[in-house]
This record gives sequence, C-alpha cells and structure tokens, in this order.
Amino acid sequence: MEKYLYIALFAPLVSSLFAALFTTTPKKQFVGIVASLLIFTAFVSSAILLTHILGTGEIVHVELMTWMATGNLYIPFGFVVDQVSVTMMMVVSLVSTIVHIYSIGYMDHDSGFNRFFSYLSAFVFSMMILVMSDNFAGLFIGWEGVGLCSWLLIGFWFHKESATWAANEAFIMNRIADLGMLIGIFLVYWNTGTLQYDGAFAAFANLDHATLTWIGIFLFIGAMGKSAQFPLHTWLADAMEGPTPVSALIHAATMVTAGVYLVVRSHELYALIPNVGLFIASLGAFVAIFAATMALVNRDIKRVIAYSTLSQLGYMFAAAGLGAYWVALFHLMAHAFFKALLFLGGGNVMHAMNNELDPFKMGALGKTMKGTMIMMTLASVALAGIFPLAGFFSKDLILEVAFVDHHFIIYTVLLLTAGLTAFYSFRIIALIFHGEDRHTALGFHPHEAYKFMLVAMSPLLILAIIAGFTMKMPYFEMVTELLPATEYHIHSHTTYWIMTIGTQVFVLLAIFFAYKKYMCSSVKVPDGTSKMEKNFFYKLLINQYYIPYFYEEYIVKAYKALSVVFWEQIDKKIIDASVDGIANIFYNTGKNTRHMQSGNLSTMLKWMVAGTVALLSLAVVFGLAARYSGEITIILSSLGV
Amino acid sequence: MFEAVAFYLFAFLTITMFYITVTTSQALYALSALAAGMIFISAFFFILGADFLGAVQIIVYTGAVMALYAFGMMFFDTTREVKENHGNKYIVVALGTLAAVLVVVIFAAPMVSTNMQAFYPMTEGAGNTEMVGMVLFTKYLVPFEVAAFMLLVAMIAGIVLAGKKMDLSLTIMNAEEIQASEDEKNKKVLS
Amino acid sequence: MMEIGLNHYLVLSTILFCIGLIGVMRRKNLLLLFFATEILLNAVNVGFAAISHYYGDLTGQMFAFFVIAIAASELAVGLGLLILWHKRHGTIDLDTMTSMRG
Repeated sequence: MEKYLYIALFAPLVSSLFAALFTTTPKKQFVGIVASLLIFTAFVSSAILLTHILGTGEIVHVELMTWMATGNLYIPFGFVVDQVSVTMMMVVSLVSTIVHIYSIGYMDHDSGFNRFFSYLSAFVFSMMILVMSDNFAGLFIGWEGVGLCSWLLIGFWFHKESATWAANEAFIMNRIADLGMLIGIFLVYWNTGTLQYDGAFAAFANLDHATLTWIGIFLFIGAMGKSAQFPLHTWLADAMEGPTPVSALIHAATMVTAGVYLVVRSHELYALIPNVGLFIASLGAFVAIFAATMALVNRDIKRVIAYSTLSQLGYMFAAAGLGAYWVALFHLMAHAFFKALLFLGGGNVMHAMNNELDPFKMGALGKTMKGTMIMMTLASVALAGIFPLAGFFSKDLILEVAFVDHHFIIYTVLLLTAGLTAFYSFRIIALIFHGEDRHTALGFHPHEAYKFMLVAMSPLLILAIIAGFTMKMPYFEMVTELLPATEYHIHSHTTYWIMTIGTQVFVLLAIFFAYKKYMCSSVKVPDGTSKMEKNFFYKLLINQYYIPYFYEEYIVKAYKALSVVFWEQIDKKIIDASVDGIANIFYNTGKNTRHMQSGNLSTMLKWMVAGTVALLSLAVVFGLAARYSGEITIILSSLGV
Repeated sequence: MFEAVAFYLFAFLTITMFYITVTTSQALYALSALAAGMIFISAFFFILGADFLGAVQIIVYTGAVMALYAFGMMFFDTTREVKENHGNKYIVVALGTLAAVLVVVIFAAPMVSTNMQAFYPMTEGAGNTEMVGMVLFTKYLVPFEVAAFMLLVAMIAGIVLAGKKMDLSLTIMNAEEIQASEDEKNKKVLS
Repeated sequence: MMEIGLNHYLVLSTILFCIGLIGVMRRKNLLLLFFATEILLNAVNVGFAAISHYYGDLTGQMFAFFVIAIAASELAVGLGLLILWHKRHGTIDLDTMTSMRG
C-alpha cells in the first residue's frame, strides 16, 4: 500500500515540475492533459487506499526519511493514511482532477496556460502533504505550501493590480494566523517533546488545563486564518480575483477547509478543552450568519459564492466545536462537491458573459446555457439542504447536533442561516438564468461552455446529489474508527419530524421568496437610486459591515504611518547612516592616504621612518606595560575596573 | 680625567663632522666630513679598549669605503652644488629624534632593569685582538663565514654592476644584445 | 660629569643616529643618502662597543664587526646600482625615481 501512498503524494509534484518546464513557452495543450492525467493517477491511488482502509481497517503509516534529528528533536518525513486523511485525500484529488480537466477548457485562451497547471499541481502536492503528514511540522510545511500556491494563483493575473493586491492580502492575513499556529506548534513541542500526532496527543492527557487551552487557542488561530474565520475573513472574498477554477479548488473545496481538518485532526486535544470547543462553535455560528448576510446583497456572483463558502465553513466549525468531528468532516466533503460545482458553473457563466460578474446584468441565460443552469441549480439545491441531496444530510445533521447538545442559540442562528443560504443561492440563480433578458441590451452574446468541461463537472453533480444518502452510513462507520462515534439522534420522533420538515419548509419558503422577488420583470440593474439601496442595512451589508474599511483606516494606515516613521527615523538615520558612515570612513581614509603613494622615494623614506617610530613606540608601550603589569593591575583594581 | 676630555672632544668632533655631512650642499665637503667622522669614531673604540675594532674601522671605512665613494663620485658630476628641495624640516628632525630616542630606550631598558650576565667575558691577561680572535673563531665562526661569503657576493655584484664595459651593462641589455656582443667577441678571438 | 659611563655613550649614539636619520630623510641625492646610512651604522657601532666595554662582554664588538661587513657589502652593491642608474638616466636625484608610483 505504501506504493500507492507515494504515488498519491508525488504524482502532483511530478505534474507540477513537468508543467514548470513549459512555463516560458506558449500554450501547449498536452501540458494540461498530462497534468490532469497525473492528478487522476493520484486520485486512483487515493481510491485504492480508500478501499484498502474500508476493507481492512488498517492504517498505512510510512516514514520516507528523517528530516530533522538533533538532540531530543526528531522529525521525520512521515505520512499516515488513516480514515480522516483518506477522506481528505479523496476530496482533494477528486476535485483537483475535475478542476484540472475543467481548466484545460477554461484557461484555453490564456497566455499563462502552462504556468497555471504548474501552480495548480503544486497546490495539490502541498495539500496532500498537509493532509497526509503524521506530524505537526509536516502539516505546517503543507500549510505554508498551500498558502504560497494560493498566493501565486490569486495573483495569477499579476498585471491586474486588484489581483496582486488580493494575493498579498490573502498571504499577509495568513501569515498573521500562521504565527499563531507556529506558537501553537512550539507549545506542543515544548510541553510534549514531540510533534508526532500520536505521541503528542497521548501526552496531552497529562498536561494541565491552562496549557492545553493555550495550545488549542493558538492552533485554532492558525485554522482561523486558513479557513477565513472572523476577523481574518476579508481575504477570502477578495481572493475571487483569481481564475475561477482556483476559486473552486482552493477557496471552496480544499484549502479553506484545512482549518477544519486541523481541528478534526486535533480532536483529542479539543475534546479535553470543551470551553475552547464551545468558543469555536460560537464563532462558527457567528461567521455562518455573518457571511450569509453579506451574501444577500452582493452583486458579484463569485463573491456571493465565496461568502456562501465562508458561511458553510462556519457550519463546519460549529459542528467541530461541538465535538461532532465526523459531522464536520462529512459536511466538509459534501460541501466540497457542491461548492466546487457551483464555482465551476459560475466560471461557465463568467466565460459566457466575458468576465461580467454582476448577476443583474444577466438574466434568462438559461435559454443558452441549459447544462450549466441545471448543474448550478442542483448545486444550489444541495447547498440549501433540500432532501435528498448532499446538503440535506450533512447540514441538517449539524443542526441536529446543536439541538441535541442543547445549544439552542447556535441552533437558531444556524437555522436562520440555512434560510438565508437558500435565499441568496436562489437569488443569483434566478437573476442569472431566469427572468427578463437583460444581457442582450448590454451587448453580451453568451454561449455554452465546451462539452468536455460540462462532462468533467458531471462527477461533482452526481456526488452532490447522491453523496448524502449513499455515503452517510458507510462513511460514518469508517471514520468513527478514529473519531468519536457520537450519534446524534433526537429522542422524540415527533420532535425529529417537526424539526426536519420545519427546516425543509423554511428553506423552501426562502427559495420561493427568492424566485418571486428576482424573477419578476421589474428587476433592473441597480443604479443606486432605489429605495432599498438607500437603506442603512443594505449599505452595511454591501460594504461588508465596513470591516475592510475599518482595517484600511485603523490598521493599514496606522501601520503605514508607523512604517514611515521607522523608515525615516530609524532606517535612514541610524542604520543607513551607520552603514554609509563605515563605508565613508574607508573611502575617505583611502582618499586621504592616497597621496602617500606618490612613488617618490624620499617621501617613502619619510613614511618608513614614521612607521618605524610608530612600531617602536608600540614596543616601548608594551614593554613598559609588561614590566609594570603588577602595578597597572593594582591601579586599575583601585579604580574599580 | 683624560678619558672625559677625550670623550667630549671626540664627541663634539664627530657630531660636527656628521652634521656637516648631512647638511652641506657640496658633495666633496660631505665626503671629506664623513671620512673625518669615521676616524673620530674609531677614537671612541680605542677609548673603550676595542683596539682591533678601532683599527678595522679606520681601515675599512676610511681606507676602503671612502675610497670607493671617491671613485663612485668620479662617475657623477658632483663638483657642482647639489640642488635639493626639502620638505618640512621640522617633521624630519622630529621623526629622527623620536626614532633615536625610542631605539635607545629599547636598548637601554633591559640593561637598566635587569642584571645582565656577560656571555663571553673578557679573558684576563689577553690583549683585545687576541680575545676578539678567540671569540670570533669559536663562537661566531658560522656568522663570520656567512659574512665572508656575503662580502664575496657583494664584490661580484659590484663588479658585474659597475665593472668593465661600462657603456654596455649586461644587466640592462636584453638577451639578443648580449648574444650579439658575445658573437662580436668570438669573432675577434677567431680572427 | 667627569666619569664617563655607558649612558654618555648611548646619548652620543642617539645623537649620531638622529643625525643619520635626518640625513636619510632630507637628502635627495642618492650618493649623499648613502653617506647618511653610513652614519646610522656607525652610530649603532658606537653603542655596541660601549655596551661591550661596560659589561665586559665581547658580543657587542662582534656585532660591530658584522655591521661593518654589512656596511661594506651594502656599499659595493649600492654603488654598483647607483652607477647603473646614472648610466640609464643621467641623474641620481631621488625625485626622479617615481616608477613605483601606483
């Protein structure tokens, strides 16, 4: 089985290096095909590993080589494929295979075609390291690797200033969080003496509560950055500047869920500190509704989907925080399928509309883009959590978890969010595909995407439909060998049915309301005059609660002012001056002593005598010092030296 | 008493002569003053009981060195006044004095501070020349031979540099010129 | 004052050395520069002889001999080079020797 592990791990690396060979050459179709095939190989290997684990239940654990071994520190390049990581591997490799194939069509006319595949495969490799590593150090490498690839891919169109800005924002936000993560890892090593998961988790039982709390908090700060939780959430929406397949793969299905994976992976830690878990759950619930409200009014389809991702991440954290790790992981998986599908569909729309993202300028695209419409609609249905699609099983489970654990506030918030989710999802569906035709007037001539792109998306569609009712139980059995097998059942059947049907009705009402509001012929491109747009809440939401503004005004500007002060006062006046000063001393010494070398023998003789005098005086001084060393010592000691 | 009178007298004379040597603008004056100074220096050696050294001083310096200088001066037109432009005199004087004082301090310091033991004490009842001979040919034999060899080398060097054929010096000719002059010489011998 | 000791000789030696150094530094004519170096060597010789006498040790005199030998060799070689230089350049002024200029 080790063979398949290595194939799954290194096929993306090979793919990345292969594509990297052609980065400076014009577009080559076969680069994309080879990269897709290699990623597909990784997917097949992951699938073999999955069947192996399903069949035998044994964990594949290998040690590639020693990475660091100094003193008590021993960190190997160790990889583990267990029930949790194989789930992640399957999600990562499947979605990335589809995204690779999709990208062949999507990036068809882009000059950076080969480069794109290099970055994308490098991302898959980093993500594989992240999920497969058997220690925190390897996890951190993958963590930084995906951060780097995310930066490269968000800023893929680096000639666009907004793209580079968004890339830098994402990178810097993640650095802030990574500092927390790093502190967490240091704390783990400090207190347990190892970074291996099994060793560290075994040692946690003997640590005191305060230490564990700190470790949990710092590790969660890292997770907050990567999973864009409040208050580090602003980068995710801005990251939509990257190409759409990137948004689908990195900023919806895989990388942003790394935070959830970290919490799930460290479940033994968080089980010991339920207070932190409750905090995580509360923050998750808050982010869920917070992001959903921002998605309500946004006029950029990719941003709406990004906020939806944020909201769903909130769900996952809520589940993980409440101790329902397997539920969180299950929702992660289901979400990856339908959210990637939604993004890729969005990509099709964007292509058709020449990169126009405002859904108000579309309308009635369903006539020309039937396939995309069906896929996006079904993905939205899954997202909204309508029976029997994937979202119903995973999301309703989270609601149940909150209810059963008697966290009714969290439950209410999440329930409300479910309604909002349904509303905003179908708001954009209605605006894009239905209603009046508004795009022809604006000069757009949409066309359906390539056939093979739609075919590539179809596995996601199928999974989004069936993942819930076919995979829930087998998945539960598999993953609970590792994670706490808590089943969440509402004891009273009546309550259960009331809840389930109530939720469904609520969601359906929200969908109906969205259709009603946005399919009517009176929908126009907003121009800032309508009554709603003057509303305080609308302004608050469209400006993302003024949080980016706040960051800009109070953090970025203050930091910049501070930097200017440091630059002008410290860097220029102290560091530069001292460095230049040293250089000037040598320069001037050379300049002034240059005249000594006149080549005149008489002058040289004079200098020779001067040098002799200097050496002789030194000899006399040292001779006297040696002769009277005792006396000098006494004098110096009497002076207190 | 006699010693003191002799010391001060010869000290005065030596200093005067050497002063003239370094300050005069006439090369001949300088040469004469130097020769006189050398002889006066030998007087100190006699006073100090180093008779042999005194004799060597007179023979070597006044006899050989001065004669050589005199011959050397014949090559140069030194009868006319030597024109020299000097820099800052004070620096020159200060540096010279300082260096001399420091040298004395260094040389004098161990003698003042520690009791020095004589390595090769004077033999009782023997003349200075005898003693010098005894030490020179026993303890200082190797340096003596080295010095002799060095003198030989210097002699050869002097002959090569300033020897006959002064119009064509071998040291400043290149290989072809030397070969040409050799051929000419051979031709003469053959004919 | 009347008793002549080692210090008297050392002072004399210093004065002579001083004169020699001044000569070395101020002379521009190479031949006269050689004179000054002879003075330096003689000044040292006086010191050696005096120390030899006052400590009853012959080492000082031995060194004086070797100094004389060195002076003689230096003179032979130096004068030879001087003649050579004069042949090539027609002058023995130190200020003309600037080929060492960097």
